[in-house]
Amino acid sequence: MNEPFTSLREELRYEKTNRCVQCGYCLPACPTFLTMGKETHSPRGRINLVKMAAEGKIQDLSALEEPLDLCLGCRACETVCPTGVEYGVILESARAALARRKKYTVAKKAMRSFLFKKVFPSRKAMNLLGNAMWLYEKSGAQKLARKSGLLKNMPAHLGEFEAVLPQTVSPAERSRLPRFTPAQGEKKYTVAFFVGCVMDAMFHKINQLSIQLLAQVGCDVIVVENQTCCGALHAHAGEVEDSKQLAKRNIEAFERHDVDFIVNNAGGCGAMLIEYDHLLADEPQWAERARQFAQKTRDISQVLVLCGGVQGKAGRAERVTYQRSCHMTNVQKVTREPLQLIQSLPNVELVEMEEANMCCGSAGIYNLVQYDASMEILDHKMKHVKDTEATTVITTNPGCLLQMKLGIEREKLGDRMRAVHLVEYLAERAGIAEPQPQPVASQS
Amino acid sequence: MKPLTEKQLNEIRQIVQTGRVLTSESDRFSYAYDASFGTYLPDVVIQTKDVQELAELVKFANRELIPVYPRGQSTSLSGGPLPVKGGMVIDLSVMNDLLEIDEEDLVAIVSPGVLTADIHKAAEKKGLMYPPDPSSSHVSTIGGNLAENSGGPRGLKYGVTKDYVIGLEVITPQGEIIRTGGRTVKNVTGYDLTKLIVGSEGTLGIITKAILRLIPKPPASETVMAIFDSLVDAGRAISRILTSGILPAKMELLDQASMVAVENYQPSGLPKDAEALILIELDGHPIAVRDEAEQVFRVCREIGAREVRVPQTKEEKEQAWKARKLVSPAIVRVKPTKISEDATVPRSKIPEMCRRLQEIKKKYNIDLVVFGHIGDGNLHPNIIADKSDKEEMRRVEKAVAEIFEAAVELGGTLSGEHGIGVMKAPFMEMELGAAGLEMMKRIKQAWDPNNIMNPGKIFPEPGQKLVLSE
Ligand SMILES: Cc1cc2nc3c(=O)[nH]c(=O)nc-3n(C[C@H](O)[C@H](O)[C@H](O)COP(=O)(O)OP(=O)(O)OC[C@H]3O[C@@H](n4cnc5c(N)ncnc54)[C@H](O)[C@@H]3O)c2cc1C
Ligand code: SF4
Ligand code: SF4
Repeated sequence: MNEPFTSLREELRYEKTNRCVQCGYCLPACPTFLTMGKETHSPRGRINLVKMAAEGKIQDLSALEEPLDLCLGCRACETVCPTGVEYGVILESARAALARRKKYTVAKKAMRSFLFKKVFPSRKAMNLLGNAMWLYEKSGAQKLARKSGLLKNMPAHLGEFEAVLPQTVSPAERSRLPRFTPAQGEKKYTVAFFVGCVMDAMFHKINQLSIQLLAQVGCDVIVVENQTCCGALHAHAGEVEDSKQLAKRNIEAFERHDVDFIVNNAGGCGAMLIEYDHLLADEPQWAERARQFAQKTRDISQVLVLCGGVQGKAGRAERVTYQRSCHMTNVQKVTREPLQLIQSLPNVELVEMEEANMCCGSAGIYNLVQYDASMEILDHKMKHVKDTEATTVITTNPGCLLQMKLGIEREKLGDRMRAVHLVEYLAERAGIAEPQPQPVASQS
Repeated sequence: MKPLTEKQLNEIRQIVQTGRVLTSESDRFSYAYDASFGTYLPDVVIQTKDVQELAELVKFANRELIPVYPRGQSTSLSGGPLPVKGGMVIDLSVMNDLLEIDEEDLVAIVSPGVLTADIHKAAEKKGLMYPPDPSSSHVSTIGGNLAENSGGPRGLKYGVTKDYVIGLEVITPQGEIIRTGGRTVKNVTGYDLTKLIVGSEGTLGIITKAILRLIPKPPASETVMAIFDSLVDAGRAISRILTSGILPAKMELLDQASMVAVENYQPSGLPKDAEALILIELDGHPIAVRDEAEQVFRVCREIGAREVRVPQTKEEKEQAWKARKLVSPAIVRVKPTKISEDATVPRSKIPEMCRRLQEIKKKYNIDLVVFGHIGDGNLHPNIIADKSDKEEMRRVEKAVAEIFEAAVELGGTLSGEHGIGVMKAPFMEMELGAAGLEMMKRIKQAWDPNNIMNPGKIFPEPGQKLVLSE
């Protein structure tokens, strides 16, 4: 076998694709298969395409591009797969192999490099983004993006996203989360808080509330300096080297503190952090450090439950529903804790929606780069959300939160339904945060 | 086959006005496989919900001699939907709009792409039951179930798909739309074409609608789990139960190898040192099933079961059945390739078949696990191998052939539920004899003179052998 071919086979993780027995059990769990209605967009189909490329039956790798681009990376397929196919690894390796071979146009290259190397990893740039609401308005990227076609759908729909973006906190308020917040009452754990880039730039308030909640249940909370973006968006886009660099920076930053847990509040980031050990498994000087980091990583809901839960006050009676973060469910496997926390609140009735495990179509920046596909998935989801007749939709990831807000806008349900992060909801119910304006029509 | 010409493709696009005609490389590769072996590229994949368009399409194919491959969700374990001669794949999973339950006539009327599990759910909502329950029912389509005459654990008491089909709408290989049977359980008008189509594996036409018989859902069920130190004792217990006037809904066996695999995969409290475990489900009136469960309990004890459990709560029952569900995933953790056979023997020959299987396992030094629907003789000898190991796969080929021979010799059959497809075609004559096979060929010829409907299936090509090692 010739050299380049062997290396492609390895790059595509052929041995992992071979574990798929093509039973099709993943089909009903895959949002893109359900909405797009063909095997080309099913997990089994995608794995097969990668396998065919690895076997040399597909020579022109561009045949893989669209099917892989349209995958949400929600990994629901992994959770239902009876034979334990590691779809996430296959997807990311294939995307990386494609990215390495792909000749982007100059403009597109500039845009990718700008986004992945400059914007996401940089607190400053993300702050800027937060200030400006979105990179288009200030950074001058808008023109570039238009020209590049990378975000070709985005400008047209920017208005829609703008409508649901959260109220920004003033730059002064955001500039600093408290370096150290002591536990209230008896101290149970010391935790380091992972602030995240999108979370910090756009949902700063949720970060503040997270720290308050953690302190309230008995944690000393440290906000570690020099932490950076988790690297998830890079990894999903096939820019694995970049995500490794970011992972190393985070490991270094968090290692300086002796903590029980590293806590995050964004399902997508948490999933990346918890897989740092896989990401760096091949680098001897990092593997062990990455393993320790991953072992300490927790979603905030896990720590809150571990500390005995959040004391809710008897507030307004309300029906809520919970839109899971795919990465929290399928990668971190955190499923019970958010439900436990919600169910423990007085006067709150939790009604689960049909197909509760199905992705909402947000998936990192999928809703920006694959706008139409994403909206089809969202519309499918919103039918089930509507059926619950809940007045609040609770999420555990910033992307899902924005997407649910968008869904509520699209369905014109704004007068009787709202979307919040679990942390916001708990804080509100515990009397820490002002309740957000309640929709009124629900009273009737 | 010659690939389709651009002109032919254009004509297809003309016919398929409301659906999709897929020709890109990525789409064609995505319809080139099923859950068995091999990759065969179709020239084109067609999706439409419109029966008229489909009929036109088949007429066109018949005129131009283009192979037509009906396909559900491609969970076939025998190569059923594989487009072995290219041509067109018709994706019938998109035809999934009709699912109507008629409580008065006790029937369900369905389009072919409806998932079997959705029929189960819809019937249950009305206190009814559609009994055939292949373990793939949450993914497989009713069209695929009909074409394969699928069955499941409940086959023991309730029979299989063919026992519940009373009417069909079918597009013949010449593009005519015909209806067979009807909405009545009794129907003796002419030949029973319904039963001929069921199990014909897509070689006689495309099913576009089906009328299925439903029964009232049994109000209660009980589970009994018994562990035996000897496989032979387990076999004796099974015969004793079945001759004592009780007909369980399900009766499943796990052998030692499958229990060990489950325990290594997800510890579920199964005894690794026991030779066999049987799981029995009884359903019916609550008082009756209680009484039957006690009888089964006693029989197992008398025969010398090491342990017999009757789980009480719903959770305990689910836990017991979960172990059975875990067998399939557990055994592929050992090695990646699973060859799942479903040779079936008469009930009385089960112990003898078990013995022969153990011999074959030793003779070819293969990883063979036996589990399955022991009550109806539908054992599932599963061979676990690694398809990249050519030498091993050749041993597997020989072992599979010998398993078939053993089943036929014992008065059984090549396939209890997975169908013949391409994989078992070479063994047809062994079971049917030359004249028997010839009669089937004549039927096929009468229906499909141009051999365009799922060609390459069921009937062996001259010199065709079972090949797993390519
Ligand atoms: C993990 C696993 C477990 C399984 N368990 C069982 C089991 O317990 N019992 C069992 O019986 N089977 C089982 N099977 C096999 C398989 O699921 C069944 O054969 C099923 O009926 C196939 O349905 P499908 O929709 O996937 O059809 P496909 O695989 O797409 O097609 C099967 C056959 O039907 C034909 N066909 C499909 N639709 C039509 C139509 N509308 N008109 C005419 N012909 C059509 C095709 O040409 C092909 O020959 C299992 C498979 C897997 C992967
Ligand atoms: S469920 Fe797993 S083994 Fe089955 S087709 Fe999907 S990925 Fe492959
Ligand atoms: S990750 Fe999600 S979208 Fe992608 S194949 Fe799996 S289930 Fe489908």
